[in-house]
Amino acid sequence: MDADHVDRVFAALADRTRRDIVRRVLHEQESVSALARRYDMTFAAVQKHVAVLERAALVTKHTHGRERLVRGNVEAVRAAARLLDAYEDVWRGRLDRMHALLDEGDPT
Amino acid sequence: MTVVDTRKDPGALTLEIVNEFTAPPEKVWELWADPRKLERWWGPPTWPATFTDHDFVPGGEARYFMTGPEGEKAHGWWRFVSITPVDGLEFDDGFADDTGSPQPDSPVIHGRVTLTGTDAGTRMTVTTRFDSLQQMEEVVAMGMVEGMTGALGQADAILAEG
Repeated sequence: MDADHVDRVFAALADRTRRDIVRRVLHEQESVSALARRYDMTFAAVQKHVAVLERAALVTKHTHGRERLVRGNVEAVRAAARLLDAYEDVWRGRLDRMHALLDEGDPT
Repeated sequence: MTVVDTRKDPGALTLEIVNEFTAPPEKVWELWADPRKLERWWGPPTWPATFTDHDFVPGGEARYFMTGPEGEKAHGWWRFVSITPVDGLEFDDGFADDTGSPQPDSPVIHGRVTLTGTDAGTRMTVTTRFDSLQQMEEVVAMGMVEGMTGALGQADAILAEG
């Protein structure tokens, strides 16, 4: 993932509706119209959210008959989560060392 | 498991990590306030930190470098934004050049630490925030090394507990 892509991914995931859409279509693909029925917003608004997710490569769209099905891109979602996970690991390492230091100072 | 909670918000670029110590807040505070203690946990075992300056007052600055396995040095700086003894501190952390001067246009991490005394000891919450996604990616790319070695340090600590 290059920096521009990372930017698009996180901007896409900054919105609650878009996070919800990703969560749903990772589990099972859904059509744009089925998604639109789930949210209290217009079809066009949901379509716009899907387009943002598609540009970030978090979802892909497939044509099935007359329907446009939205499917989650498991790899892209994992890559985004890995960035924050990696930084969390840095802190977990530091916390372990803090504990070791405090234990050292404890005579018991 | 001493980490009791972590909250990651990709939208706000924040990581919050809550940890519990059996030591009292005064002891945990020393890990931040005393540069000789701070340098023993800030860098991973393979990249130990050395703090050359540590002006632990609001507005004060710290300078440090981490030494890699090949003797290479990675310099960094802190600026203490606020210090409230034993309750918490806020600081900015960034990359420095070989002379220890802050590098312009390089990532800055905003850290906030709060310590709360509990019946069992101390609850410490560390919240870190990045200014931009590119900056976070840059820091994470560098931190991947730390993350790997941090995991090894963890194994050592477990072995030492025997």
